[in-house]
Amino acid sequence: MTEASVRAEVRAWLEANWNTDQGLVAWRHKLIDSGWGVPTWPAAWYGRDLPAALAPIVEEEFQRIGAIGVAKTGIRRLAAATLLTHGTDEQKRRFLKRSLSGEDTWCQLFSEPGSGSDLAGAMTRAELKGNRWVINGQKVWTTSAHHADWGLLLARTDWDAPKHQGLTYFVIDMHQPGVQVHPLRQMNGHASFNQVFFTDAEVPPENLVLDVGRGWAVATTTLMHERREADGIRTWGQGSDRVGRIYDEERAETATVMEPYKWYPQRAGRVDLVIERAKATGTINDPVVRQEIAKLLALSKSAEWTARRARAAQLQGKPQGPEGSLGKLASSHVARLAAHVHTMITGADAMLSGADAPMEGVIAEILISVPAGSIAGGTDEIQRNIISERVLGMPKEPRTDNDRPFRDVPKNLVV
Amino acid sequence: MQFSFTSEQEEFRSVLRRFLEEKSPPTLVRRLMETDAGWDRAAWRDLNQQLGLAAIHIPEAYGGQGFSFIELGIVLEEMGRALLCAPYFSSTVLAATAIMNAGTEAQKRDLLPPIAAGDTIAALACTEPNGQWDAGGVAATATPVNGRFRLEGVKSFVVDGHTADQIIVLARRPGSTGTDGLSFFTVAGDARGLTRRALKVLDPTRKLAMLTFDSVEAALLGEEGAAAAPFARTMTQAAVCLANEMVGGAERLRVSALDYANLRVQFGRAIASFQSMKHKQADMLLEVELAKSAAYYAAAAAADDDPDLPAVASMAKAAASEAYMQTAIHTIQIHGGIGFTWDNDTHLWFKRAKASEVFLGDPAYHRERMMRVWGA
Repeated sequence: MTEASVRAEVRAWLEANWNTDQGLVAWRHKLIDSGWGVPTWPAAWYGRDLPAALAPIVEEEFQRIGAIGVAKTGIRRLAAATLLTHGTDEQKRRFLKRSLSGEDTWCQLFSEPGSGSDLAGAMTRAELKGNRWVINGQKVWTTSAHHADWGLLLARTDWDAPKHQGLTYFVIDMHQPGVQVHPLRQMNGHASFNQVFFTDAEVPPENLVLDVGRGWAVATTTLMHERREADGIRTWGQGSDRVGRIYDEERAETATVMEPYKWYPQRAGRVDLVIERAKATGTINDPVVRQEIAKLLALSKSAEWTARRARAAQLQGKPQGPEGSLGKLASSHVARLAAHVHTMITGADAMLSGADAPMEGVIAEILISVPAGSIAGGTDEIQRNIISERVLGMPKEPRTDNDRPFRDVPKNLVV
Repeated sequence: MQFSFTSEQEEFRSVLRRFLEEKSPPTLVRRLMETDAGWDRAAWRDLNQQLGLAAIHIPEAYGGQGFSFIELGIVLEEMGRALLCAPYFSSTVLAATAIMNAGTEAQKRDLLPPIAAGDTIAALACTEPNGQWDAGGVAATATPVNGRFRLEGVKSFVVDGHTADQIIVLARRPGSTGTDGLSFFTVAGDARGLTRRALKVLDPTRKLAMLTFDSVEAALLGEEGAAAAPFARTMTQAAVCLANEMVGGAERLRVSALDYANLRVQFGRAIASFQSMKHKQADMLLEVELAKSAAYYAAAAAADDDPDLPAVASMAKAAASEAYMQTAIHTIQIHGGIGFTWDNDTHLWFKRAKASEVFLGDPAYHRERMMRVWGA
């Protein structure tokens, strides 16, 4: 298998099968069956065993003619990756293809009101009653739960085992009376996430992933893929204006998935608007504001260059240096400083929102969205623990929760 | 733009690091900083004979090694880490760069080889007691007399000015202002009418001098009245060099603070096990790595002579100044009482951080400069 042979083969297949006047799902079925949808996956499961180094060739060929790939958006990609690693053959048959085709929509049911940073402290319970697992409890921050077909559920099956060993991972059908989904309204007014309540919801035994008590290992796989694809969120938003039925269907799919993320650029601080806004308000002539703008630009550029150093080292096959672990923390600082600078630039108008506020409320949305960035996906404090322990090799936090029955570990009271 | 070092550059760095660890231990730094000169001619000769460091970015045609600002940046980062006491920033970075930017072909052939060899120590006298780092601050005058010039005025903050063999002086045509009428001149260190006084300095590892010119005869360097552009370029390139030197010092401090926190026991445990220490160390790592990214980017921009260089040089200088000083403050804090003693080495780097914060312009000056370059 060479670069040239892969290129020739994928190009020939695309020429024979790709056209813009077909349905999205029908096209993806063809694509999945050919193995070119997920070429690095095993041949037995919709792939071609392609070495990862050759995957960019396939991507290039798709991009060259604008061919659409398998469904990459939302939690479905994490579900597919997790089940490919840990699922039974039966689970792979039932779920992989419909996830890759975009027919099934997924959500991730990990975080709970009582366990945010400490995911392994989950208290949603799963009990085997007869031949069904019965689920009771509450999940939170669940993106897409209101239109998801399936959920990736982390639940407690053993209260006497230490916390990490008492968890089990399930695939739960979201369309059942025991599952209730309510939107969770955030401080910026959007309701991008949900709360999910389980009251005697049911899971058949064949939907248990891996083994009872090994849910943490499965969840770790999901989280690893989530972290790896975190950067992807930024690129999904770039809708295309290409003409054709299949593109229309893809745009609709993307719009649904992207809807919860529409305020994410504001969450990151919108450094791109700062100079233009300072010129518009005249604050560009204020020496104090100029200093703060310059600090922000320096921080933002340095963060971008740090990420590029990490990527360059990775491409050269060098061991990852500390620069690879700092991006999340750096982006929190950038966002906070950006909100500070936008406030200085905006002055009294910073008291307004919506149509009365600058840029139809975009600036106001920055000011009230930035606090999310240093919490979501690992708080700044957890990032600092990770950096100090894994990068700097400092002692781990003393723990009192790992080596005794979970039943005896102090917990939040959930009322 | 280069975002990672080549394996040759990495190898060069590690050779240099080993060399400087051996040749410039803190004990030697402490000995040299107590001397009036602040450096030792025999050790300087050693440095140049073995590694040719004074010649790094000087073109081969002028007796140099012909490397770029990326390699020069590596040298400075390692010297900053080791706190090397040597006339490197004065002679190779400031004076040689000024000659490269301003000199005629014949002057470069004449002046650069002995600097590259380390035989001549040159210093750049541009700043005056007003402490301004740009052309507007120059008041010293040069009056033409029979094809030569006579200099009048006072230069200050001249790095190694009292020990240099040769002084590159920035002066102006009488009556000119701003960027007009500026020229560079060369003056011998022992010229008649030149009075040199070593200043009492906060950072004893980098000596500064005040030079008083009383009708000193000088030779023109480059074109008469046209020094503003080469001077600005020299200061930009020097800011890049200083930023790289500073991140080397900051990294050294950061690691020393980490090592100490791992060793020091209080309340029955290493203080490194306290979350307040861990989070501080994570923040220090972030600050130093961000500053490194800016310094490395600026060095690559200097190597490519990128049109954006003046802005990114100022950005790097400002970022490195703040990261170095902040790291120095944290490092003393993490050491606790011992960190405030003379015997502990931290203050040597702390003082270099403080002096470097204002040397070549403080962070506020450079941020404003960056904004102007970007047309904001």
